[in-house]
Amino acid sequence: MAPLNRRQMAWRAAQDIAPGSLVNLGMGLPVHVADYLDPTGDVFIHSENGVIGAGPLAAPERADPDLVDASSRRITLRPGASIVDSVASFAMIRGGHIDVTILGAFEVAESGDLANWDMRVPDKGPLVGGAMDLAAGARAVWVIMEHTTRKGAPRLVEACTLPLTGKACVGRVFTDLAVVDVTPAGFLVRELVGDLTPEALQARTGARLAFAPDCRPLTAPPLPDGE
Amino acid sequence: MPIDKRAGSAQEALSDVADGATVMISGFGGAGFPNLLIRALRDLGRRDLTLVVNSATHPYSLTHELIEAGQVRKVVCSAARGRTKDLSAFERLWVEGKIELALLPQGTFAEAIRAGGAGIPAFYTAAGLGTDLTKDREVRRFDGRAYVLEHAIRGDLALIRADAADLFGNLAFRYAQMNFAPAMATAARLVVAEVRTVSEAPLPHERVQLPGVYVDRIVTAPR
Repeated sequence: MAPLNRRQMAWRAAQDIAPGSLVNLGMGLPVHVADYLDPTGDVFIHSENGVIGAGPLAAPERADPDLVDASSRRITLRPGASIVDSVASFAMIRGGHIDVTILGAFEVAESGDLANWDMRVPDKGPLVGGAMDLAAGARAVWVIMEHTTRKGAPRLVEACTLPLTGKACVGRVFTDLAVVDVTPAGFLVRELVGDLTPEALQARTGARLAFAPDCRPLTAPPLPDGE
Repeated sequence: MPIDKRAGSAQEALSDVADGATVMISGFGGAGFPNLLIRALRDLGRRDLTLVVNSATHPYSLTHELIEAGQVRKVVCSAARGRTKDLSAFERLWVEGKIELALLPQGTFAEAIRAGGAGIPAFYTAAGLGTDLTKDREVRRFDGRAYVLEHAIRGDLALIRADAADLFGNLAFRYAQMNFAPAMATAARLVVAEVRTVSEAPLPHERVQLPGVYVDRIVTAPR
C-alpha cells in the first residue's frame, strides 16, 4: 500500500477511538476524523467553544451562525447534545474528562513533546487557542500529521525545534507512513505502509525507531484526498 | 421603582466608559459577538483601551474596527493571527510595536476571567507548563505534578451578546452564543448586553443562563 492520503490518515485515527469516548478534534485535518465515526453512535465530540455532541456540518440552508465548532464551521447537534460556556468547556478539558484529543502538529519528540502552535512565521500574529489546555488536560493526546515536511525534513524528532505546546503529552502519532506510539523508551512503530522497509521509515525519521514485534501493515480503504 | 435595564441606545449605554478602560468582549467563531456595542465604543472614540477578547483577529467580530482606529493599547487573547495573506489590523500594529499583546492558552484565559469574577486572585493550571507562554510564571507541584500560577483578570466593562433578555437583565443565549459571556459578566464592573429581543414579561427561571444581577444595561440589536 502506498502512503495514506489525508482522508485515509483521518480514517485510520478514527479506528482507534474506543466506544463511548468523549473526543476533542483539532482544527484542520483532525476534524475530519468525525467523518469516519457513526454520527449517532456512542462517541461524543466535544468542541472547545462548549458544544458537547457536535454533529455533522450543517447544510447551507440550515446553517446557523450561532451554532459553530472550534474552527468556526457551522455545524449541527447530534441527538443528546448539550452546550456549556467556555469556562465549563475548559474545566471539562482541564479536569481530565476528555478521553482523547486528536491534534495536528509540526513536530513530535520521542519524549512526547508536542509543537503545534507556533511555526515562527515572521510578522504573523500568534494563535494558541485551546491547544495547550488540551495537551495538558486530555487523558490521551494523539497527533495526525505527515511523516515529513514538504521539503522532506522529519517531523518525528529527538527534540522539537519549534516552540512547545506541551511536554511529554503525545501518546500516539498517525502519519501517512506509519502508526507510532510514544513510549518511555521512545518511538515504537505499530504499523507501517506495505511498500516501505523499516530502514526507509527510519531514514525519514529524526529519532531512533523501535518496531513492535507484531508490527502490522498500515492500510486504509480507498478515499478521495482533500482537507 | 420597577427595574428596567433597557438603555436608550448603544452609545448611551456606554457614555460613561472612560479612556484607558479594560474592556472584555465575548464571542467565539461568529457566535455571540456584540458588534453593535463594539461599534458604539469605536464611535464614542474611547482611547487607550485594553481589550480582553478571545481572538484579536476574528473576521466576524468588529473588534478589528477598534484596533484599526488606534483606540487599543493592549490585547489579552488566545488568538492573534489573521486568516488572510494580508496582515490583520492587529498584526499590522503589533509588527510595528504599536500594540501590546498578552497571549494566554484559551482555557487559562477563560478561567482567569472566571476567577476574576469569583473572588479568586490566582490559580494553578498545567496548561502551558514548559512552554514560552509561561516562562515567567511561578511553578508549584501538587501530588507529584507541576502547575503554573496564573492571575485572575478583571475588567471595567464587559460587552456581551445574548438572544433574549427581560427587564431585569436576565439573559438567555442561543446555541454556542454563551461562550465567554457569563464569565465576563461576573468579572467586569459595568456589564452591557446586546440582545435580539427584550421581553416585558420575566423570562422563566429555567431559561435564564445569566442572572440579571450581573447585567447593568441592555440594548436591543436584532441581527
